Amino acid sequence: MDKEETDEEETEEEMVEIFVMGSRYRVPEGLTILTALEYAGYKFTRGCGCRGGFCGACATVYRTEDEYKLKMDLACQTAVEDGMFLVQLPFMPAVREDYDIEEVDPEEHENILLDYYTEVARCVSCNTCTKACPQDIEVMDYVQSALRGDIERTAELSFDCIHCGLCSMRCPADIKHYHMAQMARRIYAKYEQPDSEELALRVEELEEGKYDEKMEELVKMEKEKLKKMYDERDIKEEG
Amino acid sequence: MMVEGHYYYPGCTMKEKGSDYEKSAMKVMEQLGEPLVEMEDWYCCGAVQSLSEDDIMHQIAPIRTLLMAQEAGEDEVVTLCDMCYNVLKQASERMKEKEDDLETMNEFLDEDPDYEGGVEIYHLFHILKEKKGEIEENVEEPLEDLVVAPYYGCMLLRPDHVAIDNTEDPEIMESFLKLLGVELIENEKRTECCGSYHTVNRSDIVEKRVEDIVGYAAREGADMIVLSCPLCHFNLDYHQRATEFEIPVLYITELMALAFGLDIEMEHHSIDPTSLLEEKGIKE
Repeated sequence: MDKEETDEEETEEEMVEIFVMGSRYRVPEGLTILTALEYAGYKFTRGCGCRGGFCGACATVYRTEDEYKLKMDLACQTAVEDGMFLVQLPFMPAVREDYDIEEVDPEEHENILLDYYTEVARCVSCNTCTKACPQDIEVMDYVQSALRGDIERTAELSFDCIHCGLCSMRCPADIKHYHMAQMARRIYAKYEQPDSEELALRVEELEEGKYDEKMEELVKMEKEKLKKMYDERDIKEEG
Repeated sequence: MMVEGHYYYPGCTMKEKGSDYEKSAMKVMEQLGEPLVEMEDWYCCGAVQSLSEDDIMHQIAPIRTLLMAQEAGEDEVVTLCDMCYNVLKQASERMKEKEDDLETMNEFLDEDPDYEGGVEIYHLFHILKEKKGEIEENVEEPLEDLVVAPYYGCMLLRPDHVAIDNTEDPEIMESFLKLLGVELIENEKRTECCGSYHTVNRSDIVEKRVEDIVGYAAREGADMIVLSCPLCHFNLDYHQRATEFEIPVLYITELMALAFGLDIEMEHHSIDPTSLLEEKGIKE
């Protein structure tokens, strides 16, 4: 067997079969769902976003063969598997309550989150939201925290949320988890979280021009040198 | 791993409107040598026990709490809130009695461990019942000058199979109050409903109930109404403004703490009990 043949055979083995909205496609193994769909000829004008797992725009629902459960993930973070049944979700509207963070006063409410997002009280603890979350957030737990008025815990547990909206799509109680949690984080940050003294000091330093010279240096630096510097930067461990 | 003390399920209200109850109960139980230790995590009990035979969905919330206790190695959970007691207790009984329901529940819970059906639910009163001697010993100054109307409402007494005492003629609360030295009125309205969740959108119904219940206590010469249910407390306290009466409504643990000489905060009282307590020489 010569080298070319081997390569061809290997390539052949690396293909997987997927179904996109009912049509069969063969795509290379190792692609993400997003790139596999593009390989299959689909062009995204919406619903692809950052491609880095940060923006939550590419939430998708799929099924694999012989599996009764629907699965949910970010299309840019999940590799295609043989026998995957795929569909791309359009942007999903969910009610977001209007509020002015400068105007709301959590002290005036017994439970401000519940007052703005009353559906929270309909939670039956089914945990479907948590199972749907591609970020592995304890979604039900933060909804429960909101229900009892614990803004801090709601903010902390929901911190990694990227607003893909899968939790709300699956919720039998029609709770708007991610919008509610965003409100919790905003309120927590504005009204409850202690101010950072270090931040104020750093801003002062910046305003005094302490880093102007170094910044200038970076701006003028050649791209390759800048890349090297970035790769070799010293990252201190937290704490 | 068992906690040192009673494995305590608070419920949402204890963290909001019912916080006076929780704080005073914590102090009283500490004093009686029966501390309450809050569960590491818990979920809303659902607040209303679903009466539909085939409605398993609304049993998930209480069962998750029982499951959490089971996984923590605890076989007893204590509640303060009458509503939570009722819901958790009914769910726990149902899982014991109906094997099919337990199986359905566990199949739904899926990735979670199976609930084995062995967690018992208790109310504060179950513990106090065993501590009457200690309660009496801890009373600093008997509250002799105080006339109290005990009030149960529904959740501790109905349905029959979860009742903590005789459903028609309970006396468990009276038995505690007597130890504090207070004078009791014979409150024939003590097992009547306060209007419950009608408070959300039919306050007219609640106001009628409050008029009836508080009016009776007033005519019988009660200085205050004592109870243990946060929803009854809210209705009898807040909705009294629609009536001609102004009788303070206290949680039993608040009165107990005062009799023990413990310092407590009383933040969630629409009718401020301070002047009454000062008048009776109970609180300075």
